[in-house]
Amino acid sequence: MAQVSITVNGKQRSSEVEPRTLLVHFLREQLNLTGTHVGCDTSQCGACTVLIDGRSAKACTVFAVQADGSEVTTIEGLAEGEQLHPLQTGFWEEHGLQCGYCTPGMIMSCVNLLNDNPKPSEQEIREGLDGNLCRCTGYQHIVNAVQHAATKG
Amino acid sequence: MIPSNFDYQRAQSVDDALTKLAASGGTGKVIAGGHSLVPMMKLRLHEPTTLIDIARIGELSGIREQDGLIEIGANTVHHDVATSSLLRNNCPIIAETAGMIGDPQVRNRGTLGGSLAHADPAADYPAALLALDAQIQLQGPSGTREVAATDFFQGLFTVDLADNEIITAVRFTPVQVAAYAKLYQRASRFAIVGVAAALVINQGSMLRKPTIRSSRIGLTGAASHALRLTSVEEAVAGQAATAEAMAQAAQGAGAKIDDINADLHASEAYRRAMIQVFTTRALQGALARLPA
Ligand SMILES: Cc1cc2nc3c(=O)[nH]c(=O)nc-3n(C[C@H](O)[C@H](O)[C@H](O)COP(=O)(O)OP(=O)(O)OC[C@H]3O[C@@H](n4cnc5c(N)ncnc54)[C@H](O)[C@@H]3O)c2cc1C
Ligand code: FES
Ligand code: FES
Repeated sequence: MAQVSITVNGKQRSSEVEPRTLLVHFLREQLNLTGTHVGCDTSQCGACTVLIDGRSAKACTVFAVQADGSEVTTIEGLAEGEQLHPLQTGFWEEHGLQCGYCTPGMIMSCVNLLNDNPKPSEQEIREGLDGNLCRCTGYQHIVNAVQHAATKG
Repeated sequence: MIPSNFDYQRAQSVDDALTKLAASGGTGKVIAGGHSLVPMMKLRLHEPTTLIDIARIGELSGIREQDGLIEIGANTVHHDVATSSLLRNNCPIIAETAGMIGDPQVRNRGTLGGSLAHADPAADYPAALLALDAQIQLQGPSGTREVAATDFFQGLFTVDLADNEIITAVRFTPVQVAAYAKLYQRASRFAIVGVAAALVINQGSMLRKPTIRSSRIGLTGAASHALRLTSVEEAVAGQAATAEAMAQAAQGAGAKIDDINADLHASEAYRRAMIQVFTTRALQGALARLPA
């Protein structure tokens, strides 16, 4: 077993884990933060995207021990109380989801995108979402949601 | 998919990593970004008993220029290479190549050293490093050594790197007139075919149009490992520096390679056709970077 100490959504969380525990399982099963989803488990779909030290990462492709000492932000860490994050508002207003399975990962990737590039073009938004798959929406409303957040956020 | 169990150790320095690697007695592996290794461990294609995490070794990160050479530390993530203003200004091909790897999440974690050590036949960096004639710096128990990219990539997932060695950096002379062109596999975003071309130009004069003095062309995705397209390099030499001449020189590119990959994404015949198309695009992309 290994001891990990990770600051998750601003709170320090320490735990014993098997070194082979994936970060996504640590978040979901030990911390009960089930907003981060597992879609493919093969590094393709992006449903498990979180921020590690401010950068988007697929939490199914990182061992929890690798994140020891890091800051992790999940979808649960975006809203401030009742105040939704501008991207959450964007997805709400523009119907950026249907089943919602991909949405937490989509939003975390978009946080990374808007941090790097606050006013992305449509093309840049689509490229920023290269690592996230959605089986429902056809992406157009997701693009609209990001534009909503970028202009009104 | 759960990997088999292992011990996890974090290395504080290159020396510390080498000591830990030696102590693991051949069953340990270093992990950098983990974006090739973790998927392989989940499939149990790799079952190291010890993982030595080198990702936080500061001396392995960063992009520097010294005495006309650029050095990129092995731990530098693809995103940092893609967005480096030093590279974008002085050697755009390498930033361009890094920016075409995978997707943003992969580029935030994956490293140069990891990509080279893993040597996926469809990886992007190897093509660019061949075109740049880069030198790969290695460190092992008995000291450091340097291997030219042309000698480094030897076979399918096989490189000139011993079990007890670590890649520390890559060094090359920056080249302006160079470009990378890639046919993406749409789902994984790996290269079905990727071609990197670097050109040396004979400047023109009032009386003479510029010509190509020499070139280096790296090909990835097409065969078991990245290789130089020497027949096109020869065909390009002496040609006029025009888009038409580049297309002409790329005719039959790759025709002499006999072990062209064939898989569900692309047949051998399609790959051969695409080698020619993307060689043309890389050569023309390089010319487009000629200062006016
Ligand atoms: C969804 C997805 C899409 C991808 N798409 C592409 C793509 O389009 N193009 C592309 O080129 N790549 C692609 N990759 C691979 C990606 O670039 C990896 O990051 C890279 O191949 C490995 O780098 P790493 O730092 O993650 O290495 P790791 O996974 O940590 O290690 C890989 C191997 O290298 C060894 N290693 C790592 N660092 C060193 C070192 N410094 N010295 C010696 N050995 C070392 C490890 O022991 C291991 O054997 C993709 C990966 C994923 C998951
Ligand atoms: S679950 Fe991690 S990328 Fe699909
Ligand atoms: S909304 Fe269903 S997968 Fe995206």
